[in-house]
Parts: sequence; C-alpha cells; structure tokens
Amino acid sequence: MSNPAITPELIAKHGLSPDEYEKVLSILGREPSFEELGVFSVMWSEHCSYKNSRPELRKFPTTGPSVLVKAGEENAGVIDIGDGWAVAFKIESHNHPSAVEPFQGAATGVGGIIRDIFTMGARPVFLMDSLRFGSIEGDSEQAKTNRRLFAGVVAGIAHYGNCIGLPTVAGEVYFDESYSGNPLVNAFCLGILRHEQIARGAAEGVGNPVFYVGAETGRDGLAGAAFASRELTEESKADRPAVQVGDPFREKLLLEACLELLATDAVAGIQDMGAAGLTCSTCETASRGGTGVEIDIQLVPQRAKGQTPYEVLLSESQERMLVIVKKGQEDVVKRIFEKWDLPYAEIGTVTDDGMMRVRNGKDVVVEIPARSLADDGPLYFREAAPFTPPAPLDLSTVPQADPSAVLPKLLSHPSIASKRWVWRQYDHMVRTGTAVLPGSDAAVFIVREANKILAAATDCNAVYCRLDPTVGARIAVAECARNLACSGAVPLGVTDNLNFGNPHKPENFYQLRAAVEGISEGCRAFNVPVTGGNVSLYNESPAGAIDPTPTISMVGRIDEAAHITTQSFKEAGDQIFLIGETGSELGASHYLLAIHGRKEGAPPALDFEKEKAIHAALLGVIRKGLVRSAHDCSEGGLAVTLAESCFGNGLGASIDLGAGDQRPDVVLFNETQGRIVISVKAADVTSLEKELAVTGVPFRKIGEVTAKADLAIKTGANSYSWSVDSLNESFEGAIPSLMEG
Amino acid sequence: MPSVMKVAVIQFPGSNCDTDCQAALASFDGVKAEIVWHKETSLAGYDAIVLPGGFSYGDYLRCGSIARFSPIMGAVRAAADAGVLVIGICNGFQILCEAGLLPGTLMRNKGLLFRCENLHLRVENNDSPFTSAMTNGQVLEIPIAHGEGSFVADEETLNQLNANNQILVRYCDANGNVSPEANPNGSLENIAGICSHGRNVFGLMPHPERVCDHLLGGTDGRGIFQSMIEAVQKTKAK
Repeated sequence: MSNPAITPELIAKHGLSPDEYEKVLSILGREPSFEELGVFSVMWSEHCSYKNSRPELRKFPTTGPSVLVKAGEENAGVIDIGDGWAVAFKIESHNHPSAVEPFQGAATGVGGIIRDIFTMGARPVFLMDSLRFGSIEGDSEQAKTNRRLFAGVVAGIAHYGNCIGLPTVAGEVYFDESYSGNPLVNAFCLGILRHEQIARGAAEGVGNPVFYVGAETGRDGLAGAAFASRELTEESKADRPAVQVGDPFREKLLLEACLELLATDAVAGIQDMGAAGLTCSTCETASRGGTGVEIDIQLVPQRAKGQTPYEVLLSESQERMLVIVKKGQEDVVKRIFEKWDLPYAEIGTVTDDGMMRVRNGKDVVVEIPARSLADDGPLYFREAAPFTPPAPLDLSTVPQADPSAVLPKLLSHPSIASKRWVWRQYDHMVRTGTAVLPGSDAAVFIVREANKILAAATDCNAVYCRLDPTVGARIAVAECARNLACSGAVPLGVTDNLNFGNPHKPENFYQLRAAVEGISEGCRAFNVPVTGGNVSLYNESPAGAIDPTPTISMVGRIDEAAHITTQSFKEAGDQIFLIGETGSELGASHYLLAIHGRKEGAPPALDFEKEKAIHAALLGVIRKGLVRSAHDCSEGGLAVTLAESCFGNGLGASIDLGAGDQRPDVVLFNETQGRIVISVKAADVTSLEKELAVTGVPFRKIGEVTAKADLAIKTGANSYSWSVDSLNESFEGAIPSLMEG
Repeated sequence: MPSVMKVAVIQFPGSNCDTDCQAALASFDGVKAEIVWHKETSLAGYDAIVLPGGFSYGDYLRCGSIARFSPIMGAVRAAADAGVLVIGICNGFQILCEAGLLPGTLMRNKGLLFRCENLHLRVENNDSPFTSAMTNGQVLEIPIAHGEGSFVADEETLNQLNANNQILVRYCDANGNVSPEANPNGSLENIAGICSHGRNVFGLMPHPERVCDHLLGGTDGRGIFQSMIEAVQKTKAK
C-alpha cells in the first residue's frame, strides 16, 4: 500500500496548522513522510504537548522538601512519605473516548493511569475517579443518553479496576446540563514504592537494547491523542476507531511482570505506551535520555496482519510498555515475560545521534530529532477574555422555599445523593487496606507493606468555577484539604485534572488561566506541591463548553490509626459542635440551583488563613482523641451535612442554631466555606472547648446526638423535624430509582 | 514460634486476592503462608491450600473455566483427595466448582451488576474443619465482591447438599434471618458457601480475608481460618 501524498488537506486533517507545518519543514529541512506527518500530528496535539496550557502550568508550585520526582519530569510525580517509602500518584482524563464509547473509554482511562503509576516503579494500591454527566432526570432523549453514558462509564471503571484488583476507594459524581454530550471521566491512581525503586522513562546508555513488552499492537485507538484534542461534534461517533479497547487481565500480567523486572537490575529506562503509543514512548525516552532511539516496525508484535508502519506507530493499543534494557541482561526480560505468558520483542537500540528513527525493515520511514518532537513543540499564548466578577446574589429575588420540603429534595438531587449505586459496583476493599469506605469525606487506606495510613479526596464544584473560576479553584483545593482534615490527615500533595473548553475561545482560556491561579494560591496556602496531572481541553458539545472543571485530588497522611475519623455520629448523648461561622450568602449554591433553577451569584468567599486555622484546630482535637465524628459542609450546606452525619448508625440529632431572624433557607442551605460539624463525648466537652478556645477559631455547640432517629433543627423562631429514615430513603433511593426505574 | 500450619496460596494469572489471603493468614501465630505459582505441579508439604479471589485468566469466559486447566490443579485435586484442607474464596470457589471438586456452579448475579458490600452470613453447620471454631446460627459480617456469585445446582445436588450438611454458610440479615431480601445475588437457598462430601474442600463467595483486622471493618473472617488451624493441629496431634 502506498502512502498518500502530503497535501494541505492531509496536513489539515492531521490537525497541524499551516504555521506548525512550516515548523515541521524547518526542523526536517525537507517534506515529511506520511509517517512523520502522523508522528508530528500526535506529538504536537494538546494532549501530548500541552501547547496551549504549558505557559499556565508553569505557575503551579511544584517543589518542596518531600518532592522526589517533580511534575512534568516523568509519568507521575513522587512524594516522600517517610521511612524510605514514597507515593506516586496522578489523575488523568479520558473524556472524549468516554463520550463516544463509555464502557471502553472509561475502562482504558483507568488502565492508562495505572500504567503511569507502575511505570514509575510503584505498586498501584488504590484508585479514585471524578465523573461528570448531563442530567439523568426525566424522560428526554438527552436524559436517556446521559443515563446510558453514566451506566457505561461506571461499568467500564468497574470492569477494569475490579479485574486488575485495585480498589476504587473514593470519588465524586456530579450531574449538570453543561456536560450533556461531553461527560468527564477523570481517573486517579496511587502507588507505593521505596525511594530506591523510582524508575525513569529515559533511554539511557547508547547501545542498550529497546524492548517492546505487553499486548500486541492492533488498529485500535488510532491517533487517539489527536482525537482528544478536538471538540466533540455530531460526527464524533465516526471516531469510534480512535477509542481503545482495554484488557485488564493483560494489564494485571503486565503490571506484575514489570514490577518483577524492575526489581532486578536489568532496566535502564521504562515508559508506558499511552497517548500516541509507540511514537510518544520512543521519542520521549530518547529526549529524556539525551539520546536517540532506533526501532524496526517489523519487529513489533502485531495483532492484525497487513498493518502499515503509520498504523503501528500511531496505534494506541493498550497494555504495552517500552523497556530500555541494560545490554547483556536481555535474558532477564525473556525469563520474566515468558513466566507471565506475555509477548516481548527486542525492537531496537539506543543511539547517540538524538534521532527518533523508525525503520520498516530496510527502509527508514521516520527520522526526526527526538527533542524537537517531545520538547520543542509549538507553544501558544492564548488570549484571555476580560472577566467581570459576578454580582452578589440579591437575596430579595429568591423566594423562601419551605426547608421541610427542601432538605429531602436536596438529598435526592443526583449530585448530592448517595453514590452507593456507583461504588457498590467497584471492588473497594481488595488489597485489604480500605479503612474508611467510600461515601465519607475522604478515603482512608492502610498501606500494609509500608505500614502507612493514607487519605485521599477529590473535589471540584464546577458551578463555583463557572461563576468565578479563581474562587472556584481555590475552593476545590480548600475542600480537598478540609476533607482530609476531617478524616484526620495532613495534606502531602496535589494532582489536578484541568477540564475546559476550546482554548481558542478567550472566555474559555480565561477560565483555564484563572483556575490555575486559584489552584496555585490554594497549594501555596496549604503548602502542598502539585505533583502532576492532566489537561483536557476542547470539552465542548454542540451546545457549548462544559462548566470549567479543574478537578483536584489531594493525598494526605494520617499519623496513627487512632486518628482515623469518619462522618457518622457515633452515640446518643454525644455533643455536636460547629467549627466555623455561617454567613449570609446564597450565591452559586446547590439550593439555588436545584430548588430555584438558578446558576448565578458569586460563589462563597474563601479565606485561606481562616481555613488553615480551622483545619489545624480540628486536627489538634482529633489527635487529642476528642472527636468522634467530623464532616465538612459543602453542597447543600449545613442541613445536608447534619443529615449525612445522622446516616449510618441509626441515630438522630437535636440542633439549635440560634441564628436570630436570619432567613432559615440561608442558614440551613448556604455554602459558607470553612465549616465542620463534629461530635464529641459529653464528658469531653470541657476539654474540647478548652483546646479549641486556644486556637482562636470560631466554634459553638449546636446540639446533641439523639437515640430517636429524627433530625430536629431550630433556627431563630422556626423549628423543623425530619425522620432520619425518610431522609435516608431520599438520599439512598435517588440514583437507583433513576437508573433502575 | 513453631509452624503449626503451612499454607499454599495459589497464584493464577489474574488472581488478585493472593497477597490479601497471605497477609490475613500471616496474622495468625504459627501460620506460614506461601504464594505458589500456578505453573507448579507439586503441593507436597502444605497443610492447607487457598485458591484466592481474582479474575483468573481474565474470566472472559465462564469464571474459573480456564484456571481449572492450570498445571497446579492436578496437585490441588490430589491434595483434596488425600484429605488436605482446600478453601476457595470467590474466584477460588468458582474454580473449585469448574474443576468438579465442589458441586454446582456460580452464575451472573441477579440484577447483573457487580456487587461489593458488607453482608451477613449465618453459620449453618459447624461440623467442618472450616467452621468448627464458630457456633451454629452465628451471624458473621463479611463482605462480598463479585459479579458472578449466584449459586446454582440441580435439585438432586441441592437435596444432597442439605442432607449431608454441606451448606456451611448462607446469606442472612443482621438478625440471622435467611430471607430473599438478604440474598445479594440470587443464589439458591441463599447459599454462600458449601463444602465437599468429604468436608475438607470449602468454597464460598464472601471474602473472610478482608475482615481479619479491626481497622479494616472487623474480625468476623478470623473464625474460618481459626477453624482450619485447629483442624490441622488436631490432625498433626494424631
């Protein structure tokens, strides 16, 4: 089969602008081959090159005494957790594939992030995911499609995670019209390793053999990275071939084989084949190693007959790795991969000429300076539209809804309702480390081999980000930190997934820039480095861009098992305190959105100093053993928090908020930041008050846990009471009844 | 501490609860648990064998249907015939059924979804080397995590299982009532685990190894492993 001629149409089809093509010509000093055009196309896509976002990403704080591998250096960042142990973690999107093929799109998203972790030499230990879909309520075609996408994505994550044997321990799912047609699937993986086990993705050592290990290359996922860097349209369904097909069983074998191989002394460098497959892994390892890599396409294990070099180079077939082996130790690879019944092949060598050279037998089909592909891609400084901060909500325009009816409605709103239907499909206990089950503020996981207790949370309120991206991003970081504090943890590091619309549109680019600013401020405030992450742009459907969604995942450490704290009230008679103060704002709240149908106003303000003081105060009393439960206030406000704390142990609560003549809907449902509801043994109240008073944070007793399973709240002259069972029914029943009818 | 029980935990390609089982067993005094690769052909010297959970060979076909052909299975069968204790957990139970070491089979859950959650089991019969440390009617809280755990058998087999007291655990509610509501997967008669006619082979869908530590949701799984240890000690004392 002969290759097509390089025409302006072909160049445009490869997503290269005329300027970018000029750059290709000047790098090569000649016209590219068809294969080379494909290589430039994927390597210079946003997905691989971050050409639109890189100047912004440089603003993140990425250093710190605990950082062992920095953001951007390798496949994932690595953070010291003490005693010679470290964690590698990262979040990555698989949005576009999941939009056209939800099951495989989500499954391979999980597979990809797991490979990023074990490529670092780390044993993966748990997963989380952050998901967004359009509304799943009602009988519209759109709602049916959204339900299908939701069910497919959850099943895909379950398929991959359950089979490979990694627990999915936490996550978040939101439903909002802005994601109709463009769902978000962000998958997170964390792995554990000894400091000396950190593996590098560099092609070190001229003359070392280059091995291909893992599944055979097929035609699936052709040029997926380029596909992910376009807007979704009606025609995107035709891009299904750009979606990969996952095989978690193969990946489980690959994971075990690679970790066994990395435990030997045979490996000089290792890199997974993710986006842009063989192309990306060869030029990135060469670029990092300051070397060249030469491979022969004909030596690559292939699943289908008659594949062209172009197809083999650009395939995104899953479960494959590139391994640079120390010369003379080839037999180690052979022994281990034969044990695990996995394909492997020596496909090339490390060279000293800095070129990525691909042969098809005798013919050279690609010859490009590796560094120019990996590091010298185009860079764009996009225009950001000027932004006018939203006007604060005028409360007089919001009619007072009856709180008795509002609370069950909020609890049954799919974004707030229990996600048990989701996480019951995930094996969340395998690896026997899950100390706090999904559904709490943060996952808590005991890493057996390291004898360390980790906590992790993932958060982003995109409504806040839509209305004010800087504030929304600050809050996403603060909420993660707050969730960790509620579980008894101190934060160690952050990974982020920046999901935005087309960056060529100035209003979208403003959102990206502002969110990066907000995240950076947050990470500096909490003194946590960003250790890496992922950028997903072009999240648009014909109806427009998604709400900006800078998903934050934060990992923390709990010093002692006794400090692990959960959100449920524990015993009747325990006293309930509120740390933090409730303000009078209602803008951007879920109450306003779900009850009044309005996405407007200014998001709640965030004061980092107050927030930090509150987390520190909470941790202080947790470590003194005074706290029986802790739960932060987020979507749905204080009333939702109190209801959720009543669930689980068949208890109720009797609450008096005082609150004078403030509107009850504001007091119960507003989303003032920096608030945590804790419960304390009656005998410990004096000690707790003494400890908290010293910290200077605002706190007060608001009630007590009751044996009678009613939630009774007094605010000002108004009293409300709900049966906890009926609230729990609203909370637990909402998603199953939508999904199973 | 002298070794009172040496256990082989079989590692099939795709096993993923192998190290969990090993760690749970290692938390008992005097128990030595070793991972044994499925390509091995001998299990000489082991007092007990664990077939752990996971997705052997990906389980893209009927669960366990390929694993039963693994080289190690000859040794597992020989050990079972010789009276060595064999416990299959989740995928291990599926493999034992596929291998014919236990009767019946495991089908897709009713409702078709994978389910992972804490559930209650009632000990139906403590006259076995896997349940002797517990009492009849005792309620255990042990999680499940499977997509294909619906136990099915023909009527004659079911009658025999009942008649021979081979049904060791059933799904029940927190109060020990074996009810349809407490059945997570559509298993016949709420069956969660059965033993062989010779009582030395036990398969169950729930994961006792996940509840052997109070920090990880409880210790209700320990009774099963404790029973095995006591049985092995008794045999050795003879």
